[in-house]
Amino acid sequence: MNFDPRFSGRNFTSVGTRPIRPDGVDKVTGRARYGADFNMAGQLVGRVLRSPHAHATIRKIDTSKAEKLPGVKAVITSTDLPDLTDGDSAMYDILDNCMARKKALYDGHAVAAVAAVDARTARQALKLIEVDYEVLPHVTDVDEAMKHSAPVLNDTIFTEGVEEKPTKPSNVTKRTQYGHGDVHEGFGQADFIVERSFKTEQTHQGYIEPHACVASVSSDGTADLWVCTQGHFVYRQHCAQLLGMEASKLRVTSSEIGGGFGGKTHVWAEPVALALSRKAGRPVKLVMARDEVFRASGPTSATSIDVRIGARKDGTITAAEATLRYSCGPYAGMWAELGAMTAFACYKLDNVKTVGYEVLVNRPKTAAYRAPSAPMAAFAVESAVDELAKEIGMDPVEFRIRNAAQEGTRSSYGPVYGPIGIGPTLEAAKNHPHMKAPLGKNQGRGMACGFWFNFGGQTCTDLNIGMDGSVSLAVGTVDVGGSRASLSLVAAEELGIAYEQVKAVVADTSSLGYNDMTDGSRGTFSSSMATISAARNAIKILRERAAQMWDIPVDDVVWEKGHAIAKGEKYGNLAALSLKEIAAASGKTGGPIAGHSELVADGAGVSFATHICDIEVDPETGATRVLRYTVVQDAGKAVHPTYVEGQYQGGAAQGIGWALNEEYIYGKDGRLQNPGFLDYRIPVCSDLPMIDTQILEIPNPNHPYGVRGVGETSIVPPLAAIANAVSNAAGVRMTHIPMSPPRILAAIEAERGG
Amino acid sequence: MRYIRPLSMEDAVGQLAGSSGTAAILAGGSDLLVRMKGGFIEPDLILDIKAIDGLSEIRETAEGFNIGAAVSCALMGESAALKGEWPGIVEAAKLIGSKQVQGRCTIVGNLCNASPAADSVPALVAAGARALIAGPGGKRTVPVEAVPTAPGKTSLAKGEIIEAILLDKRPPRSGDAYLRFIPRTEMDIAVVSAGVNLTLDEQGVVKSARVALGAVAPTVLLVEEAAEALIGRKLDEAALERLAKVCSGACRPIDDKRGTVEFRRKVAGVLARRAATTAYARAGGK
Repeated sequence: MNFDPRFSGRNFTSVGTRPIRPDGVDKVTGRARYGADFNMAGQLVGRVLRSPHAHATIRKIDTSKAEKLPGVKAVITSTDLPDLTDGDSAMYDILDNCMARKKALYDGHAVAAVAAVDARTARQALKLIEVDYEVLPHVTDVDEAMKHSAPVLNDTIFTEGVEEKPTKPSNVTKRTQYGHGDVHEGFGQADFIVERSFKTEQTHQGYIEPHACVASVSSDGTADLWVCTQGHFVYRQHCAQLLGMEASKLRVTSSEIGGGFGGKTHVWAEPVALALSRKAGRPVKLVMARDEVFRASGPTSATSIDVRIGARKDGTITAAEATLRYSCGPYAGMWAELGAMTAFACYKLDNVKTVGYEVLVNRPKTAAYRAPSAPMAAFAVESAVDELAKEIGMDPVEFRIRNAAQEGTRSSYGPVYGPIGIGPTLEAAKNHPHMKAPLGKNQGRGMACGFWFNFGGQTCTDLNIGMDGSVSLAVGTVDVGGSRASLSLVAAEELGIAYEQVKAVVADTSSLGYNDMTDGSRGTFSSSMATISAARNAIKILRERAAQMWDIPVDDVVWEKGHAIAKGEKYGNLAALSLKEIAAASGKTGGPIAGHSELVADGAGVSFATHICDIEVDPETGATRVLRYTVVQDAGKAVHPTYVEGQYQGGAAQGIGWALNEEYIYGKDGRLQNPGFLDYRIPVCSDLPMIDTQILEIPNPNHPYGVRGVGETSIVPPLAAIANAVSNAAGVRMTHIPMSPPRILAAIEAERGG
Repeated sequence: MRYIRPLSMEDAVGQLAGSSGTAAILAGGSDLLVRMKGGFIEPDLILDIKAIDGLSEIRETAEGFNIGAAVSCALMGESAALKGEWPGIVEAAKLIGSKQVQGRCTIVGNLCNASPAADSVPALVAAGARALIAGPGGKRTVPVEAVPTAPGKTSLAKGEIIEAILLDKRPPRSGDAYLRFIPRTEMDIAVVSAGVNLTLDEQGVVKSARVALGAVAPTVLLVEEAAEALIGRKLDEAALERLAKVCSGACRPIDDKRGTVEFRRKVAGVLARRAATTAYARAGGK
């Protein structure tokens, strides 16, 4: 297959239009099947027993009483999920997180599970399981966990990435460093230096749909898993490895997904459900309650970040430095490293240095959350950038434009940029009417920039042409944001047919080759590349079949606007053959017509955004109101502009929640105080203004249509943009996220000299 | 678990008094069902009062208003008469949960849930509302503030059911208002709240006043000193300052996930002042 993924300019027919999504009607009428909507005859109800302690040694678990309760069909502990990870420490961590082995490492850590005939029996059975804990001292704060006096979560951890190997174990698993030049020299050239410390609290992705699955293990060792996930192929690999199965014997079917945002890239309950089903010999349905979602599934890191930036009077940044400490939960991660990589990615810097520390704490295992780690780093950096502009006396947009990275800039994390959108988004923001709109009393405006890498990865796609000329597109990337519509547009574009003629589905793991997860904003980027490739392969066959029907050489057949056309004057009398006509004859010309594609989608173009927002602060209560919000972002090429806008708006909405109210609140006992949507405050509709969007299209040279991922960058600037707006409105620099009313009021009172 | 739906108050009281184990009264269910689904309670008896004659009505009597225990907060919002007389109570009822929740929830349920942060309670306390209680020994009437005794606890005896909330007829030049602080715009629970009820004389001087604060103590506080700060004065800046100061001082709040002690103290004063200003304007004060 000689697929050329390079960008080539073209005029689009389908791509760039806004048809209705194929999954829309089912979703708005309640017919769509989400994770908890699958059911099997004879299925049992699975429930998980969770540690009430933040840190405790598990001395003994006695399940005998629970096993004797009528209606209980299986009780499992870690002994039912033996360690088969063979030295793979990342997989061992996943296993230990699914079911605690020697220690419970956070409030909510799973320690046992039951499968019973109904929910009531399962609940009663959990109460009959006796766990003998030895409660240990715990630590939940990222800065506290770094202190020498902090309780050590894992005494086999010795900080990596430091010059001398430490002699003592600690909670710092790794130190990483990025940058170039000499920051010491750079600060020497600075006329102004801003130095600040920032904190951000832990947030959850807040997907509306809790984790849910049905597992069915047959006595012959094969198994089925229906599950809400962002990556059923990855779930298959992980579950198969943890349960000692061959991957091909486990078929995983992904359901519709009620939000994931990174949190459904990780297995939590699925291996447990499979182990229960294996032991009970019956299908097991396991649905997390909301409090379990909060206590035991993927929040993002809490962070503590120091930033120092210096600039000359003319507004040129001479040096930039940051130290970033990110909580990982109880298992090693690379969250601070991602923060260290992204922190200064928007800027052209001669001297830059970032250092990241990965820190273990007694909180749930950190999982990816939409552009993981970048929003917090951007909050710290963009707050300091705003303050520096103010000190120099420059407009914050002009200051950023002056220092923005360009094509050819060496990025702060290493690579040299190709064509990028940071400059254009800043120029667009500068010229946006929002920037000039008047502000009232107690109102402030803020803006900020953001960056995300984007990802490509392994992708496999099938395109099958039915005898009626309709096209089924089977993709392996879960549709989290309208990708079935977008990919149908791409197939229609390549084949030259109507969008309505294409039906895209997400195929199960037995129907396609391996696909990476829908993460890294790769869904539409990579699967559209694979769809283009598959469609071009199908077109090759369509041309061959037409040639056969006409009995002419295939080289004389071209494909245009959904038709085979015999090229050259000698075929002047041959009427073009439509896709439908060729498909109808396929039974006689060699059988079904299909195009297949498997590829690694390299060259995901990096993505930049600039956000502007206006906030009103009530100086007597610290209450905030978001008055206006504008997102400007580079999409490369917006395949389905409505869904691109949806991604922009969704990222901004989540960022607004994170910036203003969302946070994990732990008590002194190390228990999560707010595991529910009442006290974990995501924004409701009336909290948000209409989020205005502007799509820029700076083509990605590594995609045939120029597409870049768009899903994640939109959550990077909001924390900083809102912090800058609140700081301007309240007249005091806010350095702690979320900027909840008590924090804002306390800052205002402190500024007043209270 | 047994579910019953009696048609008369006598039957309801009898069934409740005669029940063994734990019993729960179901009206809107917006607290009860959440607690049951969360696995916090598993009552042996659920007694649904919605079918009891007259309990789903708002009646205007010679004495004032009688709001049945099964009247939804949404229905209160649809009563022009009630809204005209007691706008503060209606706005409190219409702040609970969301539109959907308001279609189910009741102010009696709100009162009996005995949360210090209950939205309608400070407004009812400020209004001097009374609870009409039916029980095995007959009927009795108590001020609403006598019902909750601690978070989650009430003074109701076994077999007793609140039948209605009673509101007196208003003297002329009266107005009430309720404000709560939440970090969001809706679907939230009060961090601090304040209800103010005023009656003015012909010159616009405050003749009588009641001020109640929510979420700043184990039960809703009726702050008499705050009322005294207003009585005998027009609502000038000095009176408002004094009101705010007294309210902040009366708070006995805690630090918790919803707010700090300092925040609650400060904002209790701010809200009392703002609610008093609104109530004063509603009473025709200038």
